[in-house]
Amino acid sequence: MTNSTLTQATARDWLRRQSRWSLPEIIFWPLLLLPFVLFPTYLPLANQIAIAALFALSVDLILGYAGIITLGHAMFFGLGAYCAALLGKNGWGEPLTGLLIAGAFAGFIGFVASFIIVRVQHLALLMITLGLGFLTLELANSLGWLTGGADGLRVPRTWPIFNYFRFDLWGYTAYGYSLAVLFVCFLLSRRLVNSSFGLALRGVRENSTRMPAIGSAYKSHQQIIYTISAAMAGLAGALLAQTTSTVALEVLSFNRSADVVVMLILGGTGRLYGAIIGAIIFLVARDQLAGINPQYWYFWIGLLLMVVVLFMPKGILGFISRLAGKRD
Amino acid sequence: MLTHRITAALGLALAMSTSALAQETVKIGVILPYSGPFADAANQLQAGIDLYIAKHGDTVAGKKIELIKKDTGGPAADVAQRMAQELVVRDGADIIAGFALTPEALGAAPVADEAQKLMVVMNAATSMVTEQSDYIVRTSVTIPQVNYALGKWAHENGVKQAYTLVSDYGPGHDAEKSFAAGFTEAGGTMLGSDRTPVANPDFSAFVQRVKDANPEAVYIFVPGGAQPAAIGKALADRGLNPPATQVFAQGELTHPEALESMGETARGIITTFHYTLERDDPLNKEFVEGYTAANNGREPDLFSIGGYDGMHLIYEALKKTNGDASGDALLEAAKGMSWDSPRGPMSIDPETRDVVQTVYIREVQEVDGKLQNVVIHEIANVKDPLH
Amino acid sequence: MSSLIIVLFDGFAFGMLLFVLSVGLSVTLGLMNFINLAHGAFGMLGGYVAVTVMRQLGFPFLLALPAAFLAAAIVSVLFERLLFRRLYGAAELNQVLFTIGVVFVASSVATYLFGTVQQVLILPDWLRGSVELFGMRFGVYRIFLIAVALVVTAVLVFGLERTRLGAQIRAAVDNQRAAKGLGLDVEKIFGITFALGSGLAGLGGALAVEIVGLDPSFGFHFLVYVLIVVSVGGLGSITGSFVGAALLGIGDVAGKYFWPEIGSFLIYLLLVAILFVRPLGLFGKR
Repeated sequence: MTNSTLTQATARDWLRRQSRWSLPEIIFWPLLLLPFVLFPTYLPLANQIAIAALFALSVDLILGYAGIITLGHAMFFGLGAYCAALLGKNGWGEPLTGLLIAGAFAGFIGFVASFIIVRVQHLALLMITLGLGFLTLELANSLGWLTGGADGLRVPRTWPIFNYFRFDLWGYTAYGYSLAVLFVCFLLSRRLVNSSFGLALRGVRENSTRMPAIGSAYKSHQQIIYTISAAMAGLAGALLAQTTSTVALEVLSFNRSADVVVMLILGGTGRLYGAIIGAIIFLVARDQLAGINPQYWYFWIGLLLMVVVLFMPKGILGFISRLAGKRD
Repeated sequence: MLTHRITAALGLALAMSTSALAQETVKIGVILPYSGPFADAANQLQAGIDLYIAKHGDTVAGKKIELIKKDTGGPAADVAQRMAQELVVRDGADIIAGFALTPEALGAAPVADEAQKLMVVMNAATSMVTEQSDYIVRTSVTIPQVNYALGKWAHENGVKQAYTLVSDYGPGHDAEKSFAAGFTEAGGTMLGSDRTPVANPDFSAFVQRVKDANPEAVYIFVPGGAQPAAIGKALADRGLNPPATQVFAQGELTHPEALESMGETARGIITTFHYTLERDDPLNKEFVEGYTAANNGREPDLFSIGGYDGMHLIYEALKKTNGDASGDALLEAAKGMSWDSPRGPMSIDPETRDVVQTVYIREVQEVDGKLQNVVIHEIANVKDPLH
Repeated sequence: MSSLIIVLFDGFAFGMLLFVLSVGLSVTLGLMNFINLAHGAFGMLGGYVAVTVMRQLGFPFLLALPAAFLAAAIVSVLFERLLFRRLYGAAELNQVLFTIGVVFVASSVATYLFGTVQQVLILPDWLRGSVELFGMRFGVYRIFLIAVALVVTAVLVFGLERTRLGAQIRAAVDNQRAAKGLGLDVEKIFGITFALGSGLAGLGGALAVEIVGLDPSFGFHFLVYVLIVVSVGGLGSITGSFVGAALLGIGDVAGKYFWPEIGSFLIYLLLVAILFVRPLGLFGKR
């Protein structure tokens, strides 16, 4: 009895320690405001990086914390994007409600899909997520009257946020909006992974036969996190549709699913910040390299990926924390 | 605070655009899928642009022309929009151009609108592209333009019933609709229609369905690249090639690489297009020679001519405005402009800002021991029937 | 009825092409758990080699095929010895990231060397056109594809069942630890298997040019098909890859013939359904 109270207390302590904000974290977030002042002409890029970071964060929740690998998460990103775009097209351009509806819709589809997802693992899981992604893409293509098909859809400009911040050509509002949503979702994710729920998830990731043995309902845990992740991916997609006023089939593509996984592994999985760092490095590198040579930039990106794997097997963030002498 | 900064930024933008004027350069931002699966289209289009500049110099109306290339990687509307934004706010571009794919044009259109810059669409062939902004001018082709004419012509030349087989995406649907419209309005009967998945390279099942219907003629639309040769061979394997069955298509089907790959079986295929590589015309000869010399023997195609004529439009418009690169001035100069292009006579419709041109009906014939597209009929001054 | 037979025949031939492209990946994945997404890039290499030796050196088609096999095998061994072997113990995701990097680099190099244009491969006359059998027309090249695939299967099955190397490979796939304990040099066996598998991909790439064309995006484009065949068939199983490829080819073509409206969905529906019922694939053991 005393023993179990003791362990409970230590566990709570441990969780609390884990969730304390460290100095690098406190420095990190204000840095993300710098583009407003230092690089005002790069705000459209900053906006899309924030969106990609949110998308990568959603994948980190399942891949980094619950061990659910995926090659089809663009499915939820795209569903969110089309949902927001169709709301806008049909006369409802209010951004925040549009965002929430799109997130809820993607989350609902994620919940339905989660019944399939939790039953498979490894290669089968990878391929089923890939298959579902392609099915969604083909569906969107065949529903051309609704989605605009391969031509894409143009949406009337989203209404000003709080009826005040107009979406401008320079991207001030867009980046501010996306960054705010990213920050809120990050806080939620941080809270989630440092809770006892997050701990149970990591237990499943490490050993999926043992968790049920100690009484953890791991399948329902996985379903919950998958649903949350899908909703978050939907939010990211909705942000893209709202801030760019366009949507095309590409939001559902295999490339987008693969890119987001690449960004995440690049930054480092299971760390939340890895998603953000990975998105920044991948997209900034891509932008700069493509600026130098629009045709061959893939070569350098490929080389970057290979070098990172060979010399930083835990991603860039893992490498940095090893340099800083911290253990994982 | 934020609004304050926006005013400051707008001030900066104005300052930048005035300084661009003062610098005596005109910056053209070119947005194309330079990497990824559509890289070949971007390459050919860029080569058309480069050839025009090489021939006519990089100075026009006293202004130096500067190109800024931006890669979209494929049909990504969001990336295209970002590129257009960056071109306007960061690079101070005066004109945005390129656009091989419709989603790219859709993404950039709002930026052209808001920044009031001339936007020259050098390929994207969906009809509604020019309706997306009043600053858009198109120098390529629209799918209904060439296919509606073909449908009509086919019936007038004795074909009574036909079957359509098109790629299952926007341009394919447009092609199917406009060919069928032209054909049935003239009195023909459609026996059926099928759509092939864009990503799936094996055509045998669909070709067998055509065979089962046993039509007098089959109409094909596939994107360029690998699919023309593949579907051509699949048709021939089933005996669905001329003279047993008439094959109609948009010009991509018989591009030079596809003809080489199909060989003998391509003989007699009839296609409709706005540009014909082998058309006997001094302007075209000069264009093709210059192009092949500059590109290791690679021949120009629809992308190349779109880029070439796009540059022509920009140069001529700048001459008319005396170097004034503001969107409204260039637009006024471009509306109604007409010229002789290597493709033949063409003009810009002042109402729709879309291209008006001759549509060529071509047949694959042997000339000097080599199969090529020979023009057998010309229809002058064709407009997009959907506008 | 005769249409049905032709549709099945065409589907089978397409499936056989997929089989040759993907069987190597199935064996190496089953053997070493090495997720090699660059497998399709070796197919692309084979394609470019075949086109080049025919164009530049005047090789006949039948000689271009072994050239494609050899080139892909040799280059893959270099990659394996220099780079891939460092990753055998690495996390799955790192293997994914690394080999995707290889695909990106390969695609850029192909663009640099050959341009973005579609490559044309001129078949000899005897492989063109179609023959009439029992009142039905069959494409000659498709018959040839099936013949090549059957020969490959026969050689592989015979090699695995009857040769020493085959026995070693089987032992290593079944239980790597025990094989090592018995003194087998598993890494060397893997190196050889990897070369064979990539060589077959190269051969498949050369065969595919006629059906699907060849450009620098080949490696990425065909990756999806290859992964589908491998996962549906089951890892490490030649029979599995054969049946999986045949099933996908036939299912896809027959489906499109009978229900063209859902033609583009079919291959993915099959994939999801099969893996949901049998997560290890049709013939997978573990």
